[in-house]
Amino acid sequence: MKRAFLLLATMLASPAAAQTVAITGATVATGDGSAPIENGTVVFQNGRIVAAGAGVAVPAGAQVIDGTGKWVAPGFVAGFSDLGITDAAGVQESNDSGARTAPFNAALDVSVAINPAEVKIANERLGGVTRALIAPEASNSIFAGQGAVIDLGDDPDAVTRPRAFQFVELGEAGGRLAGGSRPAAYAMLRDALAQAEDYRRNPAAFGGREKDSLVKRGDAQALLRVLDGTTPLVVHVERASDILTVLALPREYPKLKLVLTGASEGWMVAREIAAARVPVIAAALADLPAQFESLAATESNVGRMRAAGVTVGLASTGASGGEHNLRQFAGNLVAISRVPGHSGLTWGQALAAITSGPAAALGMDGELGSLRAGRRADVVLWDGDPLELSSAPTAVWIDGRAQPMRSRQRALRDRYLVPTEGALPKAYER
Amino acid sequence: MISRTSAVVRWLATGATALSLIACSQGDARPKAASSKAPPKPYSRDPYASTYRAYPGVPTVVRNVTIYDGEGGRIDNGQVLFAEGKIVAVGQTVDAPTDAQVIDGTGKWVTPGIIDIHSHLGDYPTPSVQAHSDGNEATGPITADVWAEHSVWPQDPGFSRALANGGVTTLQILPGSANLMGGRSVVLKNVYARTMQAMKFPGAPYGLKMACGENPKRVYGSKGRQPSTRMGNVAVDRATWAKAQSYRRKWDKYDADGGDMPDRDIGMDTLRGVLAGEILIQNHCYRADEMAIVEDMAKEFGYKVIAFHHAVEAYKIADILKANGTCAAVWADWYGFKMESYDGIGENLAILERAGACAMIHSDDENGIQRLNQEVAKVLASGRHAGIDIAPQVAWKWLSLGPATALGIADKTGSLKPGKMADVVLWNGDPFSVYTRPERVWIDGALLYDANDPKRRPVSDFELGQPGSGDVK
Repeated sequence: MKRAFLLLATMLASPAAAQTVAITGATVATGDGSAPIENGTVVFQNGRIVAAGAGVAVPAGAQVIDGTGKWVAPGFVAGFSDLGITDAAGVQESNDSGARTAPFNAALDVSVAINPAEVKIANERLGGVTRALIAPEASNSIFAGQGAVIDLGDDPDAVTRPRAFQFVELGEAGGRLAGGSRPAAYAMLRDALAQAEDYRRNPAAFGGREKDSLVKRGDAQALLRVLDGTTPLVVHVERASDILTVLALPREYPKLKLVLTGASEGWMVAREIAAARVPVIAAALADLPAQFESLAATESNVGRMRAAGVTVGLASTGASGGEHNLRQFAGNLVAISRVPGHSGLTWGQALAAITSGPAAALGMDGELGSLRAGRRADVVLWDGDPLELSSAPTAVWIDGRAQPMRSRQRALRDRYLVPTEGALPKAYER
Repeated sequence: MISRTSAVVRWLATGATALSLIACSQGDARPKAASSKAPPKPYSRDPYASTYRAYPGVPTVVRNVTIYDGEGGRIDNGQVLFAEGKIVAVGQTVDAPTDAQVIDGTGKWVTPGIIDIHSHLGDYPTPSVQAHSDGNEATGPITADVWAEHSVWPQDPGFSRALANGGVTTLQILPGSANLMGGRSVVLKNVYARTMQAMKFPGAPYGLKMACGENPKRVYGSKGRQPSTRMGNVAVDRATWAKAQSYRRKWDKYDADGGDMPDRDIGMDTLRGVLAGEILIQNHCYRADEMAIVEDMAKEFGYKVIAFHHAVEAYKIADILKANGTCAAVWADWYGFKMESYDGIGENLAILERAGACAMIHSDDENGIQRLNQEVAKVLASGRHAGIDIAPQVAWKWLSLGPATALGIADKTGSLKPGKMADVVLWNGDPFSVYTRPERVWIDGALLYDANDPKRRPVSDFELGQPGSGDVK
């Protein structure tokens, strides 16, 4: 049945994706950190960007869209999100992000649960979000499981890359999950990785089926991919000292491909993060001592890390349905550049932090997050500056396919634009 | 909006009359009746009185500036003068004394300070450790006896962020929503102080936080006690209001006739204050159908809901809210995090405004409170894209005069009108642009934040000497 669905979707989508589209006359924001280009052109074909910028020729036979007075930018890449795995996060029955009483942890794979028809996906798409890094939530172990990269397209095939990363909690949350302290979390981490090595040496002898086993066979398999560096390990920590402890892990596990998330005290050790070439997906505007592990949080964190040479993407703060606010976060980081004592981002850097930045953190910026030739054609046409709050998308393409500009929120809005009932109850308006 | 505001003001005026009657019955020696009944002794309505004092300021005039006056007015290239803690004049030109400090506002905006009607700063302060979890007295569904002010930690670092990043000058601190009646709120001026009393907004009425919907039924249902359903919520509320009416009758009789003093019940004191119109109901409620039920319950027992907070589905019943004179304090675009927020839309506030209902923005969040101007900007954009074009100067009412009105302090703050408190923000650009930040914030005419002066950036006791202390945040 699923295959039939996919086939149908491919058949329906192919002609549109194959069509060459050229958006002309718009301000083009590439998403790679560069400044926007006025009166530029973006061309995409077969689901991929062909060219973007000034002086780009419109190919013969292209569908030409006049972008005069508008802006074109790559769609936003939201990390870390629960789109597609929760209908309403607080409604436990609808929430697939955590597995509190499951025997498994690192083995958990969110890609099998993604529901592209979940209504927030279309809602957030209309806010300019086209991809998301979907992370499980650590519930019964420091290991949350394997996250996926998805697109927000209006088709049944959402998963761009399954098992794109393993998510682990260290710091305060990790300590709590491991039994009450940071040392317990590191003991659990090391033991789990050692058991993965046991599994590698002799899979037949590996237990993992005992009731009280902390590492099941599936967990060991998932952790081997982490040890081999084929799956990036996303580590959530906030405190500067925790960051340094995490940065030291590759001395013991040389192939680990680390990504930090949170890192609200990252600015204090920004040089060390940059030297370790570890990318960060950071909360943009965390400026409160929300916990003792984030006493030094400041809105300058991202700017200071970026200035030190760290690859930074902005986190969508995990607020399910709040992914569209990424552009507001990015805009604020531009705004603080004008406040004495603050470090912000240039406009181009700010856009990159919500497009190519998160993609780069997972090593996928060759595929996603910018309007560079060869990237997937996730393109949004805006009626103004995409970081400005007064702007809105007027058209969205994902993998080169034009997306419907409708959502459940739009339907509710249209039903209640006039709140009073007419001749029939509201249930008859649609 | 204008007519709705008037209705609210009228209702508040009634409340004030009731308050003054009670004050009279307490303070004046009544003529001795022929009977041997002892004369009534009052109980203090204000035992933790405000000790707030305005900090010193200098007469200040801001010139060449765009002004949103908070009442829907806009003046381009205008001037604002304040002195002695009060707004003196606002206009195209004002007569400023020669000793006034002159600020050139070219390219900048002046607005009234932002008022957040729904905050938990101080009672859920950061760091958010269990030791700081002072917002929900979740030990019984009715805790009308607790007062949020007794939880407020004046050193919460969140106050300074709301001031410096948000331009927030006044905020209502509410207890949480675990309970049907969660306790009294307190209104604070956003000024650090050693004591809560020294932050307390002078003369602001108390509020009673009520909650309907999922939170109370979840909290108590999971403990195997009433309420565990929405019908249980209403049942417990009604039983409590019925008792409150009886309590009120006893005390009113005593205040009139003297005799044996009835037993005090601290929670019932609060409900008596509500029934007398002195204490304002601030009601957490999401769903349209539930808000309608609460309106009927209020009529049944003779009280008034001044505002529904969160009110995610208010847009569905703008006409009902308007007819009842109840405001909606809402988020710009939070939705989908639980069942009762599933129908949230970004146009909520715009639809309410167009329908003539009283509406405003609120945060309920230590981060959101830092960007309420931007939250309104998002609503304006959503509205415009839906064909509802609301002028920015009109929308500023959602940030200042609207919440001031629903807090019963609109005669003192909330707009740039002569005689009101000089609670003023100078923005370094259009305050509805994402690229704009507060440049200076005055409270009662005192300069309490200046982006260009590191010494006008408060550092709470907790932050002092900690990592990152004194940094821009």
